[in-house]
Amino acid sequence: MIEIKNIYKNFNSNKVLNGVNLTITKGETKVIIGRSGCGKSVLLKHIMGILRPESGIIKVEGKDIERMPSKELNALRMRMALVFQGGALFDSLTVGENVGFALYEYSKLSHKEIEERVEEALCNVELCGIHKLMPSELSGGMKKRVAIARALCMQPEVILYDEPTTGVDPITAGSINELIRGLHDKFKVTSIVVTHDMKSAYRIADKIAMLYQGKIIAEGTSQEIQETDHPVVYQFINGLAQGPITETII
Amino acid sequence: MVTLIRGIGSRVVYYIDYVGAIGKLFFNSLYWTFVPPLKRERILVQARNIGLESLPIVSLVAFFIGVILALQTAYQMQKLSSEIYIANIVALSIVRELGPVITSLIVAGRCGAAVTAELGTMKVTEQIDALETLATNPVKYLVVPRFLAFTFMLPVLTIYANLIGILGGYLICVYRLGIRSSMYVQLTFDALSIKDLATGLIKTLVFGMIIAMVGCLEGMRTEGGAEGVGKATTLSVVTSFILILAADCVFTAIFYFIFP
Repeated sequence: MIEIKNIYKNFNSNKVLNGVNLTITKGETKVIIGRSGCGKSVLLKHIMGILRPESGIIKVEGKDIERMPSKELNALRMRMALVFQGGALFDSLTVGENVGFALYEYSKLSHKEIEERVEEALCNVELCGIHKLMPSELSGGMKKRVAIARALCMQPEVILYDEPTTGVDPITAGSINELIRGLHDKFKVTSIVVTHDMKSAYRIADKIAMLYQGKIIAEGTSQEIQETDHPVVYQFINGLAQGPITETII
Repeated sequence: MVTLIRGIGSRVVYYIDYVGAIGKLFFNSLYWTFVPPLKRERILVQARNIGLESLPIVSLVAFFIGVILALQTAYQMQKLSSEIYIANIVALSIVRELGPVITSLIVAGRCGAAVTAELGTMKVTEQIDALETLATNPVKYLVVPRFLAFTFMLPVLTIYANLIGILGGYLICVYRLGIRSSMYVQLTFDALSIKDLATGLIKTLVFGMIIAMVGCLEGMRTEGGAEGVGKATTLSVVTSFILILAADCVFTAIFYFIFP
């Protein structure tokens, strides 16, 4: 279980997270929605311990990651994976080396065993046999899938996805959604998905939470969110140009 | 007036912050150098990029410097009918000063900039964050191999540049100015002492560290996409050049006044 309690984060004078409270239970797929730049990706980086909050607590399985020694934090990171928005594949390594990065670096598995694990992970994202390609030879959708394969290769208990369907065509987006849902069903992983693609959110979420002005303002199942009477959530999920969100900006 | 003071104050804070960041990265790099495992292949790749692939440009520049230095010295020495000293002046100038500094500036321009651009691109495309999520320390994985490669390849490149520079001077003196080959070689060896070579090489160890630290720091601090990478690369080269020349000034003064 992941508990986020009262997280505050500023970048210069810009308050990005302003008291975020959120709980993600084991095996759940939680989708965090919100406008671009509202701090969704920042929240994911806090959960992975890449960014440190000004105040607040993030607990993973009851342990505060802020207070973890770096060895313990690294051990935790090996059980979690973050799929970055653009894939964040290492340009200088092949697809196979990218996917098996953590295994090549830290496991005691033989080269052959790692190659098998890499191929298995690539096949899970329907990209069998591309391990020799370089990231520059892949399309945007393929990069996202390879990034998911890199996450899968570590057999994590928690996967965090940062805008997995942004910038890909609707069919690829659909297949990525199916993939995320499939991984959840097949491997029982806990997933936290950050997106502003509502179609994707409804398809994959067990629960949806909306981040607005640095706070979680609503949380519920897909149906509860769709039936909400909260004006901000209503405007966002229906993509309305007029409403409280745009009035605040003006 | 207030704006001026504020402007000066913010620059001072920036430079203090910069020195702190360089120092922190340096000690971090030293620490991670001694934390196993130290993957040899990663260091060799960087050593090849920095050393082997710099050989053509270092050869070309060092050769021209040797030729120019011999010609310029000859211009003065001929007036005094002292062409015989050209070999000494060329050898000493190159080994003590020009070899180390020119090689360092070439490596800063060629490899320091490349390191900043590479790490900067990795930063803006979140590859450095990705390393952290894969339980890998970016300093250990990215900075340490470059730090070691720059520090140890620069002296090697400098010895090579010294030889090529002296060869340039030799060709001018022997084939244009009519100095006997054996005499030129003899005069060169007579002019040089171990101390001359050592002072040049000690400097390059420090210059190598400067290029590595500035290149990596600027890369890892890059923000703002492609434009940010461009700015960081320019800043990296300019900062390296200034710090190399400043360090050279300090070293020359130390060797002149304290260890004459």
